[in-house]
Amino acid sequence: MIVQAFAFYLFAGILTVSALMVITARNPVHSVLFLVLAFFNAAGLFVMLGAEFIALILVIVYVGAVAVLFLFVVMMLDINFSDMRKGAMQYVPIGMVIGAVLLTELVMLYGTWQFVPGREQNIADPVAAFAGQNNTEALGQLIYTNYIFAFQTAGLILFVAMIGAIVLTHRTRAGVRKQAVSDQQARNPADVLEIQKITPKTGV
Amino acid sequence: MASQDFLIAYLPILIFMAVASVISVAMIAGSLLAGPRKPDAEKLSAYECGFDAFSDARNKFDVRFYLVTLLFIIFDLEIAFLFPWAIALGDIGVFGFWSMMVFLAVLTVGFVYEWKKGGLEWE
Amino acid sequence: MIDFNLVPLLPELFLAMAAMGLLIVGVAHGNSVTPVICWACAAALVVASFLLFGMSWEKQIVLNGMFVFDNFAGFMKLLIILGLITTLALSVKYLEQERISRFEYPVLIVLAGIGMMMMVSASNLLALYMGLELQSLSLYVLAAFNRNSLRSAEAGIKYFVLGALSSGMLLFGISLIYGFTGSIDFGVIRGALEGLEAIPFGVTFGLVFILAGLAFKISAVPFHMWTPDVYQGAPTCVTALFAIVPKVAAIGLLMRLLYEPFLPVHDQWMQIIYFVSLGSMVLGAFAAIAQANIKRLLAYSSIGNMGYALIGIVVGTPEGAGAVVLYILIYMVMTAGVFAIVLGMRRDGIAAEDISDLSGLSKTNPIQAYAMAIFMFSMSGIPPLAGFFGKLFIFQAAVSAEFYVLATLGIMTSVVAAYYYLKIIKVMFFDESIEAFDKDIPFARRVVLFVAVAFLLVFVIRPEAIVESAQNAAAVLFT
Repeated sequence: MIVQAFAFYLFAGILTVSALMVITARNPVHSVLFLVLAFFNAAGLFVMLGAEFIALILVIVYVGAVAVLFLFVVMMLDINFSDMRKGAMQYVPIGMVIGAVLLTELVMLYGTWQFVPGREQNIADPVAAFAGQNNTEALGQLIYTNYIFAFQTAGLILFVAMIGAIVLTHRTRAGVRKQAVSDQQARNPADVLEIQKITPKTGV
Repeated sequence: MASQDFLIAYLPILIFMAVASVISVAMIAGSLLAGPRKPDAEKLSAYECGFDAFSDARNKFDVRFYLVTLLFIIFDLEIAFLFPWAIALGDIGVFGFWSMMVFLAVLTVGFVYEWKKGGLEWE
Repeated sequence: MIDFNLVPLLPELFLAMAAMGLLIVGVAHGNSVTPVICWACAAALVVASFLLFGMSWEKQIVLNGMFVFDNFAGFMKLLIILGLITTLALSVKYLEQERISRFEYPVLIVLAGIGMMMMVSASNLLALYMGLELQSLSLYVLAAFNRNSLRSAEAGIKYFVLGALSSGMLLFGISLIYGFTGSIDFGVIRGALEGLEAIPFGVTFGLVFILAGLAFKISAVPFHMWTPDVYQGAPTCVTALFAIVPKVAAIGLLMRLLYEPFLPVHDQWMQIIYFVSLGSMVLGAFAAIAQANIKRLLAYSSIGNMGYALIGIVVGTPEGAGAVVLYILIYMVMTAGVFAIVLGMRRDGIAAEDISDLSGLSKTNPIQAYAMAIFMFSMSGIPPLAGFFGKLFIFQAAVSAEFYVLATLGIMTSVVAAYYYLKIIKVMFFDESIEAFDKDIPFARRVVLFVAVAFLLVFVIRPEAIVESAQNAAAVLFT
């Protein structure tokens, strides 16, 4: 139990600090790297909750792809980040107020911790229903059958994302010459080659 | 919190991470303690064939990198859905199989669109 | 196994397949076929509406409690389809004029439409979120569709960032609701909340966050900041879409959410919606006065109109709900008509967007000027036009449920709002006329204009059928 508690506080502590660093780091590339660290620690917390699948997806998708995308964005923008930060300080007070409001809400929530009666019967507990199977397996039992509607909608959302990515960023460049393999293969030597006999000193 | 047995399976990773951080901290601390330090402004300046640097070393990336990553993320997510499906296919049967096929078909349409549009070509 | 009955989803399924097919057709033929794809999408929407008519409108919940189809969903879906067809009809010519005629445009509109139809049919917080995201994602792309224009790109990024923030709040609220009630199913949540003596704090907080997230989507005060910039920056045909359709879906979603799972906590959400409604009406009325750009003016006008619609929701009676549905219907028709005119505001091929550009329209193009005057009179609620009845039913519902303050303030703000509507009429009829707008008004736009004017004028003669079907649709939510 002590190891568990230790691991939890370690992950949660690093997560909080690196999240803070994401918004305070001077260099935007460092921000992205702290974000990666935050993702890793969040994945650690998910493992501790027993949600292995989510944890690993967080590593594969967020660390593997989203963070890379962020890095590209950060590098692609030709912005002087120190200029951009100049005005940011004036928003700190209002940010603090909003943060304080949210914190108060959370404290109030915690202070009056009370579930709706009968909550236990309402919960569809997938882990209990699929006892003896691991987390990924239990998810697999549910996503494609019970939650097929949400699953297919997710497919449509990804479809829209593809269209959106192309619509907003794809540009066709003029004057680009591409290799056309089929044209090359279909070329017939008889059409394009001509063999001429050249007698010396006369030219073609 | 998950069960004890479950977490024990992850203990080696935790130990691995601990060892890794100890080693890396030790290396940095060791070089800080033992290495000679003679700071000099010239050591930090950019060296460009004897000239001062002409421009910033950070260049703007082409927007096409962005497109490639975006498309990669989308397919990455698609693959994320394949893992649980592959594990549970034996139990969810024909229904689950076709459920995934429809999902893949939707994304294949997107893929055809991308391909025809030239989104996958570099130049 | 789940109850795998796809019949109630037929329109959505058909539209999804049509969108994919047309996308492939488009990519095979290039951007030159955009008008064809637009009309094909409109035809697909017409087919979807026939499918809707052909279905049984009895309440059915399918797919593991995710999807509900009933009289209300059917009615709202018809409105959504009608709005989408109108937008497509208005867009074709404009896209060509602005040189952004790309075949993805109609496909994205149809996909957004599928998302909206899922929103009004959601019977589960997860389904609600998925529908909302499908809709929002398509709309973000559409807002930035004119990617060579700085303003359009700015509109897209603003809409996206704030929309993502609101989705985050919505999700946080959903997770609180799930945590404290143990379910995301509308029916189960209602069962859990019914007959409770003290509502747990967690549920109230969850509700607050969900409402904040949805207030973003309907651009109600205090979550309205994106509206004027997005309306102004987006291509005008996309602005027309934003003003006409997503509001219908979001109001439908809000009504189902508040009247089905959360009716037992009416006292809690009533206060929130009360102030949101009040704020929207006041801001919509006063902030619009200073606007010179007609798209910004319409943005504030839409904020104000959402405020009136929310009065009907606050009331929490079938009468109020029916009034909201009717109000949204009439608002949709008026806005479609106004945009039919705004899209035609071009001089020498360049879009004119200022109110002063309408100067003396009554002399250069009297038909448009009179049509616009009718829309403006209707929006300011002058009898006997349809807009008057929309407001009348809302205020009636508010008074009969003893929300006197709200009704009074509603009437007062609509008087203030009438000022800027009438100002446009003044500009058109009494200001010096300037150069006429370009003459090439496409046939589709004329049809939209004609239908809108006819609807607003004729509504007073035979309102019963429409009023009754709106009330029947809303009454389903309370059974």
